[in-house]
Amino acid sequence: MGGRERRYRVVGSPRRKVDAVAKVTGRTLFADDIALPRMLFGKLLRSTVPHARIVRVDTAKARALDGVRAVLTGGDVPIPFGILPVSQDEHALCPDRVRFIGDSVAAVAAVSEDIATAALDLIEVTYEPLETIGTPEAALETTQPRIHDYGPAGNIHKLIDLEFGDVDAALAGADHVREDLFLYGGNTHLAMEQHAAVADWSADGKLTLWSSTQTPHYVHRALARVLELAPSRIRVIATPNGGGFGGKSDPFNHEIVAAKLAMLTGRPVKITLTREEVFYCHRGRHPTLMWVKSGVDRTGRFKGMHFRTLLDGGAYGSYGVASAYYTGALQTVTYHVDRYRFQGARVFTNKPPCGPKRGHGTPQPRFALEVHIDKLAEDLGMDPAELRLAHLQPPDSLTANHLRIGSMGLGACIRKVVDGAAWKERFRKLPDGRGIGIACSSYLSGAGLPIYWNHMPHSGVQLKLDRGGGVTVFCGSTDIGQGSDSVLAYIVAEVLGVAVEDIAVVTADTDLTPVDLGSYSSRVTLMSGNAALQAAERARDILVRHASAKLDVPAERVGLADSRLFDVENPELGMTFAEAVQTAEAGEGTIGTVGSYMPPRSPGRYRGAGVGPSPAYSYSAAIAEVEVDRTSGIVVVPRIWIAHDVGRSINPVNVLGQVEGSVYMGLGEALMEEMVYRENRNLVHKIPSMLDYKSPTTLDMCEVVTYLIEDPDREGPFGAKEVGQGPLLPVPPAVANAVYDAVGVRIDEVPITPEKVLKAIKDRDKGGYGRFGPTRFPAIPWPEPIRVPPPWEGGDGRAAEGDTVGAGGVRPSSVSTASLPVAEERQH
Amino acid sequence: MASRRPDPLATAQIRFDLNGESTTVAFAPHKTLLEVLREDLGLTGTKHGCELGECGTCTVLLDRQPVLSCLVLGVACDGVEVRTVEGMTDGPRLHPLQDMFADLGAAQCGYCTPGFLLVAEALLASNARPSREEIKHALAGNLCRCTGYLKIYEAVELAAAKMRGDDFNPEEETLYGRP
Amino acid sequence: MLRLPPFTYLRPKSLRQALRMKADAGPDGMYVAGGTDLLPNMKRRHQEPRVLVALSGIRALRRITGGSGGSALSVGAGVTLTQLHTHKRTGKHYAALAKAAELVSSPLLRNMGTFGGNLCLDTRCNYYNQTYEWRKAIDFCMKKDGAICWVAPSSPRCWAVNSSDTAPVTVALGAEFVLVGPDTERVLPAAEFFNDDGIRYLTKHPDEILTEVRLPPADGWDATYWKLRRRGTIDFPVLGVAVWVRWDDALVADARIVLGGVASYPKPVPEAAGAIIGTELEETAVADAADAAFRPAKPMDNTDFGLAWRKEMVRNYVRGALEELRARREVGSGRREAGNGKREA
Repeated sequence: MGGRERRYRVVGSPRRKVDAVAKVTGRTLFADDIALPRMLFGKLLRSTVPHARIVRVDTAKARALDGVRAVLTGGDVPIPFGILPVSQDEHALCPDRVRFIGDSVAAVAAVSEDIATAALDLIEVTYEPLETIGTPEAALETTQPRIHDYGPAGNIHKLIDLEFGDVDAALAGADHVREDLFLYGGNTHLAMEQHAAVADWSADGKLTLWSSTQTPHYVHRALARVLELAPSRIRVIATPNGGGFGGKSDPFNHEIVAAKLAMLTGRPVKITLTREEVFYCHRGRHPTLMWVKSGVDRTGRFKGMHFRTLLDGGAYGSYGVASAYYTGALQTVTYHVDRYRFQGARVFTNKPPCGPKRGHGTPQPRFALEVHIDKLAEDLGMDPAELRLAHLQPPDSLTANHLRIGSMGLGACIRKVVDGAAWKERFRKLPDGRGIGIACSSYLSGAGLPIYWNHMPHSGVQLKLDRGGGVTVFCGSTDIGQGSDSVLAYIVAEVLGVAVEDIAVVTADTDLTPVDLGSYSSRVTLMSGNAALQAAERARDILVRHASAKLDVPAERVGLADSRLFDVENPELGMTFAEAVQTAEAGEGTIGTVGSYMPPRSPGRYRGAGVGPSPAYSYSAAIAEVEVDRTSGIVVVPRIWIAHDVGRSINPVNVLGQVEGSVYMGLGEALMEEMVYRENRNLVHKIPSMLDYKSPTTLDMCEVVTYLIEDPDREGPFGAKEVGQGPLLPVPPAVANAVYDAVGVRIDEVPITPEKVLKAIKDRDKGGYGRFGPTRFPAIPWPEPIRVPPPWEGGDGRAAEGDTVGAGGVRPSSVSTASLPVAEERQH
Repeated sequence: MASRRPDPLATAQIRFDLNGESTTVAFAPHKTLLEVLREDLGLTGTKHGCELGECGTCTVLLDRQPVLSCLVLGVACDGVEVRTVEGMTDGPRLHPLQDMFADLGAAQCGYCTPGFLLVAEALLASNARPSREEIKHALAGNLCRCTGYLKIYEAVELAAAKMRGDDFNPEEETLYGRP
Repeated sequence: MLRLPPFTYLRPKSLRQALRMKADAGPDGMYVAGGTDLLPNMKRRHQEPRVLVALSGIRALRRITGGSGGSALSVGAGVTLTQLHTHKRTGKHYAALAKAAELVSSPLLRNMGTFGGNLCLDTRCNYYNQTYEWRKAIDFCMKKDGAICWVAPSSPRCWAVNSSDTAPVTVALGAEFVLVGPDTERVLPAAEFFNDDGIRYLTKHPDEILTEVRLPPADGWDATYWKLRRRGTIDFPVLGVAVWVRWDDALVADARIVLGGVASYPKPVPEAAGAIIGTELEETAVADAADAAFRPAKPMDNTDFGLAWRKEMVRNYVRGALEELRARREVGSGRREAGNGKREA
């Protein structure tokens, strides 16, 4: 490809994914495609009331139905679980209380799905209703009943207050201060594949579970805990996920129930959720109310920023504590902020639980921040692109909240889209009804700390070298469509000089593969990739050592390419890769290597410092073009320009696919996707279907112009950073800013629907400000802030005033706060 | 809900052309074609996303027209011709659409892919040179959550070119982004 | 997977056979054509027929006859929506109807769904179009298994919405429907086929089969259809505007304006039509008609979008449709009718 740098043979070249042929021929086996002999079908009976005590569950009639093989209720699976050690608040089947419509109460296994469904209708549940809590405001005001009996008070799940320098003083000394309120509506992943799990129990006491999960390791833990089995007797196999986006990152009750039913019946059991049930699993974007007040100097430099968030968590903890921290963690990594304060609250309501969706907790504050900056720039009479460029957080620096930034390509991203979109010729210059807006963002390349804090690697890889020249990569990572299996193969092929086709990849099987924590937080390319890189380099060293002896060439002169090991100064002299393996095996026995990855320690030492650190941050900048019809408020987005700093593309065509897919999902969130509940009707989900939950179609998707910025990061394998989530983030604020450019109204709320736009237009026509958005941030009983001086005020990452942690100095993770139950796995 | 339950012993039998082979299958009479293909014939290449005709994932070709197999009764298929993704390959060779979807990463998670491939195949059978707009409209009943559709359009365009015998090398921008 | 309840499937070859089978099955029997409306409803347990009488084997229902040289066109109810919008005779003279058919759902569904099925489409409501288990959580509604209309809890009637795209166009065009029963055959004006009730939304007897739609001769009128929905495809209309006008030189001699998606039936708004008769569709006449259509439109909170905005859009869409007709009149002297739908939002 003319003119492109070709430093590597494999890395950086577009190529097929290792599973591409299986996927285009329909051969990929997803969880629901598995059928085992004598398999039973499981179904879950779900609550039809939003909040109630369970008085009685009568399963007699269901048990008596011909074809039913087992019926379970809460008492059969009494041990709670949850993804975070501090929020073990879920049950496979509710024992005594239901907390939302869709909560699971009982389960049936039968010889057919028809019979299982019919049996559910024969189970009689008597409920004693409890007051329903429908909104975050109601959750703050309602002390009784409590949806859960933990959390700081009432229905508050988590409160956070972190202050990095005296923000009030900074605001007082700023040239300009601005305050804004924003609301980001809740939305869901809507992966095309419904969750499914197949469990098989063997009479020798071994359980196997196939599941469409992004986190087989955590499912493994949850099964062991709830079923009281030794982990060594449980095998979890994550099947290829038909899309995940974070929605398959929790251990789910249907997985545990399938396993329990298999144990009881001695037969394989499959549970495939219906699309409606997937809406009840949810774990999607938290609806988040945000208040931001910042003070800047005349050039737009942030002297101080004060950010508050209120997250509607739904009925369970899920990842919520982490989600809450994430709504405050990454404000500092794009533009330099001198002093920063973050207050975050997550509350419980009687709705399906929220959790991690693509961008986990960061798209909401990013929307707020990027629209806030657009307004600040206007206040200051500055071009918003120039304002951003002037105050970029520098590379190789620390932020106010002690995050370590490595490579930082945001400036290059902004310049690319500004040029590509002809920003300077068009911003504030397009005819009425047409506009463009800019926004930027950053995201993690993997979380710096694991969910269960420990000193073990986050990702491990084993390599097996075969005498025939084949190489097998074993890794616990899970391919959810993002191409992680392929990344392993590319990296190993690059190092060993063999063809990608000579690599076999075995992943996501707890019996066969070393632990990888899962496909979340955009961690896999960087972490599994580094583990694969290390394992491959170790294998290369072994082969080179033996080849060098046999060829009588110094080791440093042995090259690997085209499935050969050879003398780089005399390429004729060499041997095939297979011969090299044979030579090595003859020399020292079976050849296998391991590699693993542990992220660098983050400088933050305060309580809460566990959320936000990452080995590397990706950066994105986007410009959206919109057309707004003044008479209807309908917004059409014809085009988005986006530049993404990916460090290095391991496979550029797949990186582009991730960028385009992120833009797509961001566009859906910006314009139409929203979880809606009927507050006047028991908080039923208003639209739990593919028809009514609006996912953009081919006729709604915009054109996307993508620029990849490659500034290799020292932490990434070959310099690679994340791409799967970050490019979603700038899209909603870019659209909102473009709507303002087009018709002069501010929609401070996502999704930006025609109703909201039209209201704002009418308000403006009547002489109002022309804004649609929240008007109030409720009073929240914030705790005393944890005060941590920023690095430039002498801060060393520890909290001031004795708010430090134990003698070890390292806080395990933000989520392990002392007031909450702490997992038994916590070690130190 | 009526507590009527299917008679587990009731069966219907049909004979139809499935991917070019005459096929006989017996199944519970209230099953959809989707269920018959997946459960009674083991052809799990046809997926399901919504069960209600709202997402296009379960698309198959019925008498060469793309239809939603979750809304087709198995019993209604006696004598028809059905094509699923399993029938797209020509012996060991991939269909040009399959080749291009694979090359461009147009199948990410791959779950919606069989539906998209079959709709695209039907489109190219009637229109050898579809415009981007025609492709969008043809694919307007298929939802994809991974790709944003763009790589799918490009793959369909290149496959069409390949099938016509034209140059089907992707633009550099398709593979590397805009410089 | 959401599955169908059990049923007996019958596939008659003739109308006569179909009518007999249905009569034998009694109230537990239902006709099914394309199945794109009935089968999802059966999966959600809205309808649970013990006997399904399929109409797909009856060739007589799939004919398109007449229509040459501007004569009346007869379209069999079993013609698929794809055929309806791609057929050369509908495309040329009945473009508004073709466009409405093309705007129904998605290409996949249009390959299956029939014209007759779209006209008989069950009324929709997002309290009703939910699974059995979901509806249990609201204690059901009067349209199925319950007693109350949750859209208007004090109302004695059901407010489910007619969501057909083709229905308002047939009413606007003044089409006629042929209904064949066990002993009867009758021809109804399209407007009389629909009933303003979410439950009894058709005047068709359950045993009758809608066999044919007779479209009036294309003799100088013009028509169009505009559809409002959130996405460019798949979605049902939250508002449909069908407009038919007969020109007498520069003046509108006669007109019909019919709204879809805002009532339990395709709602004619004669006061809006009256506002343009005798005018040249000048700006003020168009505005008057838009206002006149806006007033009686009563969308309820049971579809996508807020009802206030949907009501407001009636004005926009009626205005847009009329402006389209005016523009066509101004431009095309030779063209008699070339209705053009528009998709927005």
